[in-house]
Amino acid sequence: MTQLPGLVAVVLVSLATLAIGSWGLRVSRTTSDFFVASRTVRPGLNASAIGGEYLSAASFLGVAGLLLTFGAEMLWYPIGWTAGYLVLLVLVAAPLRRSGAYTLPDFAEARLDSRRVRHVCSVLVVAIGWLYLLPQFEGAGLTLAAALDAPRWVGPVVVGLVVLVSVGSGGMRSITFVQAFQYWLKLTALLVPAAVLLVVWAGDRVSGPSATAADWSVPLGDGGAQGLYTTYSLVLATFLGTMGLPHVVVRFYTNPDGRAARRTTLAVLALLGVFYLLPPVYAALGRAYGAEPAASDSLVLELPRLVVPGLVGEVLTGMVTAGAFAAFLSTSSGLAIAVSGVLTQDVTSKRLPDLTAFRVATVVAVAVPLTAALLLPDFGVARAVGLAFAVAASTFCPLLVLGIWWRGLTAAGAVAGLLVGGAGSVAAVGWTLADGSSGWGDGWVDVVVGQPAAWSVPLAFAAMVLVSRATASRAPAHALRFMVRLHTPETVDLDRS
Amino acid sequence: MARMWRRKHLGSEADRATFRTLHQASLAAPALRGGLTAESAERSVRHLRALLGTPAIALTDTAGCLAWDGAGDHHAAQVPPLLTETLDRGRTRGFDRADLPCDVPACEVRTAVVSPLVVEERIVGTLAAFAPYPTAGLARAVDEVATWVSGQLALAELDLSRARLAEAEVRALRAQISPHFIYNSLGAIASFVRTDPDRARELLLEFADFTRYSFRRHGDYTTLAEELRSIERYLLLEQARFGDRLQVRLSVAPEVLAVAVPFLCVQPLVENAVRHGLEGVDRVGHVTITARDRGQDCLIEVEDDGAGEDPERVRRALAGDTALDSVGLGNVDARLRASYGDDYGLVVETAPGAGTKVVVRVPKFAAGVSA
Repeated sequence: MTQLPGLVAVVLVSLATLAIGSWGLRVSRTTSDFFVASRTVRPGLNASAIGGEYLSAASFLGVAGLLLTFGAEMLWYPIGWTAGYLVLLVLVAAPLRRSGAYTLPDFAEARLDSRRVRHVCSVLVVAIGWLYLLPQFEGAGLTLAAALDAPRWVGPVVVGLVVLVSVGSGGMRSITFVQAFQYWLKLTALLVPAAVLLVVWAGDRVSGPSATAADWSVPLGDGGAQGLYTTYSLVLATFLGTMGLPHVVVRFYTNPDGRAARRTTLAVLALLGVFYLLPPVYAALGRAYGAEPAASDSLVLELPRLVVPGLVGEVLTGMVTAGAFAAFLSTSSGLAIAVSGVLTQDVTSKRLPDLTAFRVATVVAVAVPLTAALLLPDFGVARAVGLAFAVAASTFCPLLVLGIWWRGLTAAGAVAGLLVGGAGSVAAVGWTLADGSSGWGDGWVDVVVGQPAAWSVPLAFAAMVLVSRATASRAPAHALRFMVRLHTPETVDLDRS
Repeated sequence: MARMWRRKHLGSEADRATFRTLHQASLAAPALRGGLTAESAERSVRHLRALLGTPAIALTDTAGCLAWDGAGDHHAAQVPPLLTETLDRGRTRGFDRADLPCDVPACEVRTAVVSPLVVEERIVGTLAAFAPYPTAGLARAVDEVATWVSGQLALAELDLSRARLAEAEVRALRAQISPHFIYNSLGAIASFVRTDPDRARELLLEFADFTRYSFRRHGDYTTLAEELRSIERYLLLEQARFGDRLQVRLSVAPEVLAVAVPFLCVQPLVENAVRHGLEGVDRVGHVTITARDRGQDCLIEVEDDGAGEDPERVRRALAGDTALDSVGLGNVDARLRASYGDDYGLVVETAPGAGTKVVVRVPKFAAGVSA
């Protein structure tokens, strides 16, 4: 009987997603409500959609698990994932929208007028997308194993198939409404059980063995200087990585102008801030009720049964399962669309007819990380996502920040920075995923490689600046004109052609 | 051995001199293709000096010096009189020390050869080369280079007239919509003036907004949201005329409303749909407008259930046959192809008696396109 709530939840979420996706078009039959139908997406709705797409398995499951196991130092994950939008708001949101770019490669091409930079960016988008998809599939395996007692391979395959069908068939006619719905679903699925569990806990007054342990509340990693390095590196990766996530950037295109992009980002900050209050509650309750740190990623799913056995616990488990499933679906489909879009544009469309090209690209986009998730050992959902952030911070962050704020950037400089940052961070990620631990230099090598952002981000910035300076004569001719377009508010009357 | 091979490979000394000359010319060409301005003169003049190998060189328009490269630029002020004489004569002229008085010791600018730049039988400026001694070779070289520069400027003129032509086509399209539509709309509004003055006033305001959008001057692109708003006004005015006989259905994925589209690329298609769907038949006509999100692209479909059309005639209209009455179909197709490449032309699905569906595909991003 324990499988029933989970099964119901998974089926309901899938049905709701497909239903909203196919009804999401705004339809008007009389000209009088034409105006409503052709009104652009409001910042509030768009922010919900960004939140829905962004809050992945790592946020829904991973954060609580990490907090349970390692303590307050892991709070930097949710803080960084939220604060990334602050950096995005201040430095990137409005100019990126005004550039008219839909994807990151589009921005690179528009700014630097170079196909070569575009191709390098495309490769990086695919790499980051796959790295980000991997933990989503792993999380799915975990969730279905916990909720339905299914083997670990069932979850990835089910989510992969649902994403493949909805993206590949063009079934998502209006992704904005679907994703906005997913945000509120995820928030509710975490908030309601948390409230119930807190009430129960207030009645129980349980206090587990280690709930008050001092080392659990230290906001820095263990190991003195190494812990400090790890923390700062993580902070850098998450603060700067958000702007380089392919599925987040494409959502900004839905904003009608730069001002709306800023308002949307502000709303996203608020929505994420509210959401990330909840995982620490689960972690703290897990500590109080003595949950096992070993199965950390499934803490959110196990906790309701642990605290309130019986029917209430089953219903709450169903709710969190629904939220977790929504998390995989929304993030995975957003990423699959972003990756397959790049693959279609730069690889398959040159060789295959239109629709086939897109379908082949979608299959490749989903199949590669799915296979990796089935073959590679479980790695920890939040950590794998953290590595995707490190790659994004080491590549697209310098490109966006310098591209928007420094007119001296050249195509050669951008390529150099992308290659240096990309090679450094990808090598580090590969080493970590392959579980390479050497123990060299008192473990410093493992620490530095395990959290590459602190060196790879400055290195990428330096490479971009130095090579751009060396090739200053080859700066794109339209750079100044393009900068004017990026930074002039739309209300200013200006010939932008 | 390797050295000999390389020499042989690159040709004789004369061959290499030719290559060098052609290379210098190719460096100067891009700037000159922008027309004769102070900026293009500044950017091309040093390549032209390298081509001629003289100590100094100047490019002028018909009024004065635009750019000077090389030594002795204190002579720049002496150029206008030389210019006037050359313009009067209309051919290449030499000038000696008497025309270029100088008290700077060892100044190399002692004599000049000034050759006019002629575009479409009109002198637009001159190329002036300065050297210590007059030689016949220099006079010939300056003459030839001036002819080559004139050729580049003629190409610039061609580019400009091509751009003007494209602009004129858009303007023609704007003018093309108007006559029938203005006449019919004003007629429809007039019929409401006595019976429903409020509605007449509203319609007049819609009409004013519609014309303002259609006749706006700057920008080749607009957002899909703006274009749809204009279509809304257009349909309101048409419904005033046709009443319930015109049924419109619009479904839009909100993601694509911010897409930049060529100005007036959907509105003419809707106008066609209304005309084909309603005129000549005495029944209710349905027009459906759909805008969908397709990943990197946006798909816009305009469909009517009217009389349909012979596909061969549509093919001819798309090929630019203006004898057919499909307003702007060929024009919209040409502008879409010009903006996004040949993959993005119009797709028309039609047959006699089966209605018409026109599909516009627009990429969300294309280099150089912004609303």
